[in-house]
Amino acid sequence: MSHVIIKFDGVSKVFPEGTRAVDDVSFEIFDGECITFVGPSGCGKTTTVKLLNRLVEPTGGHIYLNDQDTAQTDVIALRRSIGYVIQDVGLFPHMTVSQNIALVPRLQGWPERKRNERTEELLHLVGLEPAAFRNRYPNQLSGGQKQRVGVARGLAADPPVILMDEPFGALDPITRAQLQDEFLRLRRRLKKVILFVTHDMDEAIKLGDRIAVMRNGKIVQFDTPRKILREPADPFVRDMVGREGGIKLMKLLRIADIMDPADGMTIPADRLSEAERRMAESGKDILLVVDKEGRFQGTISYEQVMRGGRSGDVALLDRALPPAETTDEVGHTLEAMLRNKRVWLPVVGEDQKLRGVVTMTNFACFFTAGDAPSGGTS
Amino acid sequence: MSVIEYFIKNIGLILKLTIEHIEITLIAVAISTVIGVAIGIFITRHQRAAGAIIGIAGILYTIPSLALFGILIPFIGIGLKPTLIALILYSQLALIRNTFVGIIHIDPSIREAGKGMGMSNWQFLRMVEIPVALPVIMAGIRTAAVMNIGTATIAAYIGAGGLGWLIFRGIASVNSDQIIAGAVPVILLAVGVDYLFILLERALTPAGLRN
Ligand SMILES: Nc1ncnc2c1ncn2[C@@H]1O[C@H](COP(=O)(O)OP(=O)(O)O)[C@@H](O)[C@H]1O
Ligand SMILES: [Mg+2]
Repeated sequence: MSHVIIKFDGVSKVFPEGTRAVDDVSFEIFDGECITFVGPSGCGKTTTVKLLNRLVEPTGGHIYLNDQDTAQTDVIALRRSIGYVIQDVGLFPHMTVSQNIALVPRLQGWPERKRNERTEELLHLVGLEPAAFRNRYPNQLSGGQKQRVGVARGLAADPPVILMDEPFGALDPITRAQLQDEFLRLRRRLKKVILFVTHDMDEAIKLGDRIAVMRNGKIVQFDTPRKILREPADPFVRDMVGREGGIKLMKLLRIADIMDPADGMTIPADRLSEAERRMAESGKDILLVVDKEGRFQGTISYEQVMRGGRSGDVALLDRALPPAETTDEVGHTLEAMLRNKRVWLPVVGEDQKLRGVVTMTNFACFFTAGDAPSGGTS
Repeated sequence: MSVIEYFIKNIGLILKLTIEHIEITLIAVAISTVIGVAIGIFITRHQRAAGAIIGIAGILYTIPSLALFGILIPFIGIGLKPTLIALILYSQLALIRNTFVGIIHIDPSIREAGKGMGMSNWQFLRMVEIPVALPVIMAGIRTAAVMNIGTATIAAYIGAGGLGWLIFRGIASVNSDQIIAGAVPVILLAVGVDYLFILLERALTPAGLRN
């Protein structure tokens, strides 16, 4: 399923006057991945993505798209198979919204009816009501609306790969956050390979399956957002992440990522008579009671067992405790625990079956791990 | 009013000369436009040549018309041919420069988007550059047309015909009625063509580029 779609192999770009914009870069991008390229201005992000659609030709190395060397591919066909969305949008001012969107399909000779259907579909997809927008000209659109049209145009001929060079960079923060959320929603619907350039680490973290952090034409770290946040490869990457790395990570991680599994801590409700033995075996003085389906019922403590619960006839504690779910955001759960003065919570899956426990220690470990890089990425 | 009398008496001749004048101008503008727009597009593709070519067109433009006729006549004689050549040469500055400027001033992001989407050079020229630059190119054609009407008047001196003929005849025979009967239609023609082109420019400006 996840085979390599794009491969950069020792790629360099030295501009004629000597700027080494991309310096011996190698990476692979797999099917369905969204890669965000992040780094300070001038570090070579734009040049890197333009090397793929050959708006820039490499001075060294090879680039493969679906195992085919792009240098051997017809450049026009190559570009038409790659959607292109840029910060300044670049809508054609003399064409209406629908003419702009339908341009690549038109170049590819789609019949008019199919083009119109596709335009309507795309306008809906990017949240513009076709009746209100299809006949407008670019100078009748707001910045956010322009970029929506830009995205629709990039998607028009359904290209398997899309390049987006700071598409939300020129927008105000609110529109920007809105378009980011829509981008995520869109991504779930359209499985495409996306190369997304940004200079904003938060955006890179939010949108990328993996992040390529660039500096001086080199990729200094190419990892998942979690890995970048928890184990920045060097001080530069840590600097890019910023001081709130832990907070950012908290938005990203789910309880399943930090909880302890419930192994050895559970006991079926109909076997409470074995509680003492189990506690002795596991060294725990609290057990999580589950029903036959493995659903959380409550807890039983060593004290209860000692106070005559040996018969198994005890009132369970924590019956009404609302458990955390594996998919909950770490931050939300932490806040709930602090508010309710809990030091731990049981964690259940979507099926309500017990999966583990999350404790304050888990949160503490998570924050300290975020601070201390543990030996790089290898 | 003797001018009006002259006018009415010679209406046939004046009409004929007016049509001749329009013909000369029209042919010159048509040929100049093809050449000038082509050169203008060419230098957007070879921008290192742009300065030199616009410079040459500028020098041609500054040559006084009688001097230019003087140079052309020994080689190609008198009449329509040297006139058209002179008009075409004079028109080049306005046409080349406007075509060039209209195209290179297209927003770089539009250029990049077009290229990145996989438009060929020719497709981009035809579907984007020319339509977007059209108002500016039209302004160049307007300048050339109005100028050609004026220069064509002088060209009557070397036998090109047109309304200038009346003016020169009038000067030679000290007949002010005849001079005015030539001059007024030339003026009306120039003003009318100018106005016509303004309307045309407006009509040809793509809706998305109007304010
Ligand atoms: N067409 C070009 N000619 C010369 N130098 C360029 C060109 N494009 C980019 N550069 C240089 O290459 C470096 C990387 O640029 P770019 O890829 O645009 O960076 P980023 O997108 O990360 O801001 C910069 O130093 C920039 O000045
Ligand atoms: Mg850039």
